Amino acid sequence: MNSEIRAKFRVDRSDFQLDVDLTLPGRGVTALFGHSGSGKTTCLRAMAGLERAREGYFSIGDEVWQDESKGHFVPPHQRALGVVFQEASLFPHLSVRGNMEFGQKRASTAAMCFELPEVAELLGIGHLLERNPTQLSGGERQRVAIARALLAAPKILLMDEPLAALDLKRKLEILPYLERLHRELAIPIIYVSHSPDEVARLADHLVLLDEGKVVASGPLKDVLSRIDLPAAFADDAGVVIEAEIVAHEADDLTRLEFSGGSIFVSRRQEPVGTWRRCRIHARDVSLALVPQTQSSILNCVSAMVVDLAPTNTPGHVLVKLDVAGEPLLARITRRSAERLNIRPGLALRAQIKAVALLA
Amino acid sequence: MESADLAAVWLTLKLATVVTLLLLVIGTPIAWWLARTRSAFKGVIGAIVALPLVLPPTVIGFYMLVVMGPNGPVGQFTQSLGLGLLPFTFPGLVIASVFYSLPFVVQPIQNAFEAIGDRPLEVAATLRASPWDTFWSVAVPLAKPGFLSGAILGFAHTIGEFGIVLMIGGNIPDKTRVVSVQIYDHVEALEYTQAHWLSGGMVLFSFLVLLGLYTFNPARRKAL
Repeated sequence: MNSEIRAKFRVDRSDFQLDVDLTLPGRGVTALFGHSGSGKTTCLRAMAGLERAREGYFSIGDEVWQDESKGHFVPPHQRALGVVFQEASLFPHLSVRGNMEFGQKRASTAAMCFELPEVAELLGIGHLLERNPTQLSGGERQRVAIARALLAAPKILLMDEPLAALDLKRKLEILPYLERLHRELAIPIIYVSHSPDEVARLADHLVLLDEGKVVASGPLKDVLSRIDLPAAFADDAGVVIEAEIVAHEADDLTRLEFSGGSIFVSRRQEPVGTWRRCRIHARDVSLALVPQTQSSILNCVSAMVVDLAPTNTPGHVLVKLDVAGEPLLARITRRSAERLNIRPGLALRAQIKAVALLA
Repeated sequence: MESADLAAVWLTLKLATVVTLLLLVIGTPIAWWLARTRSAFKGVIGAIVALPLVLPPTVIGFYMLVVMGPNGPVGQFTQSLGLGLLPFTFPGLVIASVFYSLPFVVQPIQNAFEAIGDRPLEVAATLRASPWDTFWSVAVPLAKPGFLSGAILGFAHTIGEFGIVLMIGGNIPDKTRVVSVQIYDHVEALEYTQAHWLSGGMVLFSFLVLLGLYTFNPARRKAL
């Protein structure tokens, strides 16, 4: 079944323009990433139909929810979608169960893919059903809001910075549930965020927005390893790799393996065999022409230079590397690049100073 | 208390009840429209609704008399329907009171609707609730304190009116002679004891209503 998402919106306001034309996968998590004012929330609201772009087209699979060229616009309450807002926005006059049943009662039963107990279990809120929303913590409220959206039998789940209003502790409490949704849901999730870590952890597909325009759209790894992105994104440049925990070693280090080799991190709790996403910042990668035996840096992999590009950090360049098929970025000074004569095709060693495991 | 006084009390309660119910029916859509609209007419409609707050009741009563009288548009309309004329009848009094107490019902409800904000309504829409459904299942429950205030204020204000009753209702026992008019009659006739009974009752009633309003009207729960 074709479940591809087509989203094309033009919004013209005096203080803000949005002009996007996106084709997104009908599965997995697509992150809309950008700084505030980049138009990511407007784009999400247009998808939900909460805002009507005067020029717009939105379809999911064979269902066209908006086609302004034909004057076609399905109002939000007739769209099979779920929306999770930044604040949980639970109805204060209803219990947790009442909130969850609100959409369930109104959704078409034929499309129902979940039962309430199942969703409550998935999000760990089964013990809260009879409570009043005021008695919940911020993290619990947001989980109820997600459950409420899922029970309305959506064909797509739209999330507008669902973690932004929460403190770090609550974020860490919810992220595992989001990862679970990612694994267990067959429906696509559009996830708006300005947090690079959340995106690196959850997204499969990444759309970068800047000043209302699409800067890049593609599979997460491809977009993250691009070195031609505008300055606004270059500071956080870095890639995500998937690695498997293969050993917990005696000196309190855990060895992870990815296609390009081994990397070591401080001892982890996860059992051997667990796969984890790791984020490696370009600023944490340095380059050497010959293997360094006299260096304190433990994580060293063989790499091939693919390309170089200037960054907005004065005197620095971004180097795109290929590590046995996995892309890696390094940010080094232009002086070093010239001294070492770094050029496409050059084989060298990449030293990784820090690896962030995303979990 | 003599039977004329009891009749006046009964008539007053009947008037206030009918007027309050009508005001909830008429005032709610007006309040909703005023709370949600971005129309340029919002100011005009809002000002018309609020007029009774500042105008002397005699002015409103005078114009009502003119409009509903034999030469007024409403008067000619009711006559053509064979209903006769409204002034100096109970229905006439109801219509005048509805207009006179309108802002006391519309404004608390409007404020309550405005306090809800867009978000709960958007959430309801994304959960498949049509606008009509959202109004009843989200907006009205969330605005409950506003409805309560509006109903109490509308009821109490209708009971307390005098000038407009005198202008449009006259002083017809069992038809338009409400408590406030009855008190006036007693005072004119120097029947201070009876005037005391009714006036004291009004003071006590009004105090209890306001006490209830200030004590039991819970601080509005914020949307979470």
